[in-house]
Amino acid sequence: MFVAGCDIGSLSAKAVIMKDDCIVASSVIFARPEPGESARVVMDGALEKAGLSMEDISCCVGTGYGRNAVPFARAVESEIACHGKAAQWLKPQVRMVIDIGGQDAKAIRIDETGKVVRYAYNDRCASGTGRFLEVMAASMGIDLDDMGDISFQAKNPVALSNQCVVFAETEIISLIHAGRDLPDIVGGLHKALSHRVASLARSIELAGEITMTGGVAKNQGMFCALQEALGVELIRMDEDPQIIGAIGAALVARQTAAGER
Amino acid sequence: MISAGCDVGSLTTKAVILNNTRLLGHAMIRSSINPEKSAYEVMEQALKATRLSFDDVGFCVGTGYGRERIGFVKKTISEISCHAKGAHFLQPSIRTIIDIGGQDCKAIRLSANGEIFKFITNDKCASGTGRFLEVMAKLLGLGLEELGSISKQSSRPINLASTCTVWAQAEVIMHINDGMPSADLAAGINEAMAARVAILARSVGIEKDVCMTGGVAKNAGVLEAMEKQLGVPMRRLRVDPQMMGALGAAVFAREKMEGK
Repeated sequence: MFVAGCDIGSLSAKAVIMKDDCIVASSVIFARPEPGESARVVMDGALEKAGLSMEDISCCVGTGYGRNAVPFARAVESEIACHGKAAQWLKPQVRMVIDIGGQDAKAIRIDETGKVVRYAYNDRCASGTGRFLEVMAASMGIDLDDMGDISFQAKNPVALSNQCVVFAETEIISLIHAGRDLPDIVGGLHKALSHRVASLARSIELAGEITMTGGVAKNQGMFCALQEALGVELIRMDEDPQIIGAIGAALVARQTAAGER
Repeated sequence: MISAGCDVGSLTTKAVILNNTRLLGHAMIRSSINPEKSAYEVMEQALKATRLSFDDVGFCVGTGYGRERIGFVKKTISEISCHAKGAHFLQPSIRTIIDIGGQDCKAIRLSANGEIFKFITNDKCASGTGRFLEVMAKLLGLGLEELGSISKQSSRPINLASTCTVWAQAEVIMHINDGMPSADLAAGINEAMAARVAILARSVGIEKDVCMTGGVAKNAGVLEAMEKQLGVPMRRLRVDPQMMGALGAAVFAREKMEGK
């Protein structure tokens, strides 16, 4: 029996197809203006990789910002629940998930079954979300995906005095004019974002083993900076951290198909 | 007795020349990277308009963000004190000042004799500061001044749900793509700005008379939206509200000369 999870985020859409305890295929695309279209395109991508068609999927569950627009979803689940469920399924020792998305950040505490026990959320202020790095990469003229590698060459990361994305952007420009090294600036940006997210996580108290999910977790510079900011070693996911929400949705789909929900 | 005030802000630098209590002249320029140079330049402009020279000025007080870098001032005073001084000098009935600058926003409460007893500042978040309007004006392809004037033609201002400048920007882009008229966009932007500032103002308590100072006070859209938000009229001052800090500095300078 094949099941699927479809995670429609603000910037990217993700789909995962599972059979029993295995991930058969996954797909990630940039979100289209219309969430329903994103869902169809990303799902088609995953189905093609798996050599399947929509008829083969017993149940699909939608999650993320655009979850209610997934036309073929039988049910929907919040991304917080999905991240918790998938993190526990992939790494049973995990008790806390820090998820940094393109337009939000979440800290989620789960129990040994993957159930959410406490969470904190920021989608009010762009600083402290993936958008922070996106804006800064654009103003420095570098690729978002290169930031991790660049930051590892930092010798003396800058200490930013502004938190606000708008003010920090101006600060970055003057740092460039002042001749600061690019790696030091990028390293400083990772540090700033990490501290912001770490204080969100601390607001619900750090507990147990912690993992990092969401697109920003692919940035190894951020992964290391968050470890430093929290003062703990983070658990690394074997799967692409960006598809964790979709995996969670597929796990919910499995339960739904089995009549457990 | 000639006194002067020089206000070096993040975006603009202002100077005011006083002869006792009479305003002789003022000038404003865009701030350069060098506050010292900006201060000299604006003072020379203000002096030129009054046919005076540096030697005629008995005492000059510096204020604003770059005040510690002005060479020719004899004393520096915080911009909060200077705004309060300037507003009280022009209109002694003022009890609440809302000052919106290019990169910050302040709400100041005054006692009957013009003393500050409470104030609050936001310089952490661009939303609710002049920067918010600057970002939005650029997005709309309008000048900062146009943002105020054009909003008067609006019949249905857009509603912005986000406080954050970055998110609000995305919302405005969506409305632009939907073909919303510029007037409705501008009016919605001004209202969002006023709503944000009103929260700050209410946190120090509003007592009449209330006035607005700083560059954003020249935006009639924001001014009227503030009146609606707070439910009190904004007292219009007879001097350019952007000059208030420099004016207050000049009044302080005069008091110094009088030995106060």
